[in-house]
Amino acid sequence: MRNTFDLIYLIPLLPLIGFLINGLARNVLSKTMVSIIGSGVIFLAFLLSVVVFMSIRGEGFIPQVISYFDFINVGKIKVSFAFQVDQLSSLFLLIITGVGFLIHVYSTSYMKEENAANFARYFSYLNLFVFSMLLLVLGANYVIMFIGWEGVGLCSYLLIGYWFKNTIYNNAAKKAFIMNRIGDLGFLLGIFWMINSLGSVSFQDLFNNENGIVNGISTLNTHTMVGITLLLFVGAIGKSAQIPLYTWLPDAMAGPTPVSALIHAATMVTAGIYMIARSNLMYTLAPTTMTVVAIVGLATAILGATIALKQNDIKKVLAYSTVSQLGYMFLGLGVGAYTGAVFHVMTHAFFKALLFLGAGSVIHAMGGGQDIRKMGGLSKHMRITYITFFIGCIAIAGIPPFSGFFSKDEILSGVFANNPVLYVIGLGGALLTAFYMFRLLAMTFMGKFRGTEEQLHHVHESPSAITVPLIILAFLSMVGGLVGIPAYLMSGGHKLGQFLDPIFLNSNAILAKYEIAHHTEWILTGVSTILILIVSLWAWKKYKNYQPETAEETGLAKVLQNKWYVDELYDAIIVRPLRSLSLFLNNVVERSGIDGLVNGVGKGINYGSRQIRLLQSGQVGAYILMMVIGTIVLFIIQMFAK
Amino acid sequence: MEIKWYIFLSVALFCIGIIGALTRRNAIIVFMCIELMLNSVNLLLVAFSKMHLSGMGAGFPQYATDAQLFVFFIMVVAAAEVSVGLAIIVMMYRNTHSIDINFLNRLKN
Repeated sequence: MRNTFDLIYLIPLLPLIGFLINGLARNVLSKTMVSIIGSGVIFLAFLLSVVVFMSIRGEGFIPQVISYFDFINVGKIKVSFAFQVDQLSSLFLLIITGVGFLIHVYSTSYMKEENAANFARYFSYLNLFVFSMLLLVLGANYVIMFIGWEGVGLCSYLLIGYWFKNTIYNNAAKKAFIMNRIGDLGFLLGIFWMINSLGSVSFQDLFNNENGIVNGISTLNTHTMVGITLLLFVGAIGKSAQIPLYTWLPDAMAGPTPVSALIHAATMVTAGIYMIARSNLMYTLAPTTMTVVAIVGLATAILGATIALKQNDIKKVLAYSTVSQLGYMFLGLGVGAYTGAVFHVMTHAFFKALLFLGAGSVIHAMGGGQDIRKMGGLSKHMRITYITFFIGCIAIAGIPPFSGFFSKDEILSGVFANNPVLYVIGLGGALLTAFYMFRLLAMTFMGKFRGTEEQLHHVHESPSAITVPLIILAFLSMVGGLVGIPAYLMSGGHKLGQFLDPIFLNSNAILAKYEIAHHTEWILTGVSTILILIVSLWAWKKYKNYQPETAEETGLAKVLQNKWYVDELYDAIIVRPLRSLSLFLNNVVERSGIDGLVNGVGKGINYGSRQIRLLQSGQVGAYILMMVIGTIVLFIIQMFAK
Repeated sequence: MEIKWYIFLSVALFCIGIIGALTRRNAIIVFMCIELMLNSVNLLLVAFSKMHLSGMGAGFPQYATDAQLFVFFIMVVAAAEVSVGLAIIVMMYRNTHSIDINFLNRLKN
């Protein structure tokens, strides 16, 4: 047992080495070498993750903490640099390295038009990202997690602004960075509060079964718990793009498409879900926060889905779809369906990476065009991309037996058990998902080609480095859900649930377990599946032979097309007042106030010394007189001081 | 004799010294006035020493002569200082043919 985990440090270390080699030798290495190093280290990390996963798959595995050195050791605070290996982190290791490897392979072809130095820069960023993400999920306490948390934020910034010569892309990168920073502040404050009131940040100290600090708390909704969990949730809002900080994610599509697939769909944005799943016991002890999480998640799910209905940029549709799916995950966390949320993270990683990579393949074929109004009919030219994209659509829409069905079904039945009203709204969002995905599919691949002649000539199937990852991901999207077959379909079919059970054991003991009768679940699933099928077919039919409309959109459609004017709203209520305030501070406070003060002090001293200088006349008698007067003054002061 | 007479005398000497140092322009006179002030303080020191000795009685012979010894030190230091001061005055006279202290203001520039 020990031997397997002695090498656990290699999993994050390998991508770090890849980052250093590719980053430092970017002007020397050829593109082939960069591809081999960049993808190779991730592949090795993936193999190690598989080994780790295999060795803890058995029953009764106790979480292992491997400590390396004291990271902070001040007074009562002791934070060690340690990795924790348990069911949750090993599952995330597999997702990150597995999907990460496929995306690295895909990138070797997708980015081949870049010159060698930029190509190496791209791969080094990508490796650094994987390193940070692995640090995030392996960290055995909130501080190490926070290091990874910041690292992925940095890499996200670097990769969104990868084409740094474009101002719009740079602005998108800055927006993502700043929005994340707002959330990170909340996370940091949460950690401080935790240190202050709980005395530890280590997962083992807080949550272990025998004498965990949080385990000892029996009252629900203490101020401390609600405060800490809300602050941590603020961090999750920033990182996982929830209302009100979600606007960075659609803008993040400025980065290269594989980046969108890896960072802004499959892994980084799920860090918030990972963090809450990790702290599930604290959230369970704070039902108020749970309600907030559920409501924010649901609102985001609906908002994202409605905006996605009217977007015409292939990546923007997928971006809003990601926002919406992340909302579902938070909804699941908020109602206590922790397993469902983690399950959805996994399936979402498969099908959303697939969809993004498929979109990348399409964009590649279109020579950079991303507007689906100018596409159409691509299914004839790109069979593999079309079929895999189709599979992705079915998976995300939630049509059985593809992966999205199982995870979404689990979340929604958890929601139903908790509150049927939320369930109805959530189901509505799922229908919207089906609608916009099939609209996207039909507009892209069906009907007549609406681009230019030149583009039509250029359209071709992508090379195998692109199609093979697509096929693998499509396969995973098809069968990935079978690890979590709900109990009403097959008793004991929820392998993932059993695997993750130790993580959520204490929470499930506290949560009032809402059990729904199996026949109710049958009805719910049946109704939702039929509705989703109907909506999918309707969208398919409606957009199969799409013709560009010349008329301006009106009413709600226009509002949706403009993303509910949220960006404009933020601009009006935050950005512009802040800018006026800054201008005021610059022009009035800085120029006349602070500058005036500083210059005034300087001038005053200058003038004063000019006057005092006159006292130094050179007359010895005058000096003596002054000395005598001074002595007398001191004498008098001495007398009166007592 | 009461201590107050010593105090009166030494205050008087000190004031004469101050007034002399402030009003006279002759460097040697100023110098003498400074010595006068110094010695008025010496006088006071000796007087207080004597007073304390008689106050304490014979119990503390080890402190009895401290202040009086001090006075000798001060006088020795003052003598050394006088030699330096006089040397400066002599040099000044050689250079300027004057010992008027107002003449010294040319050091200003």
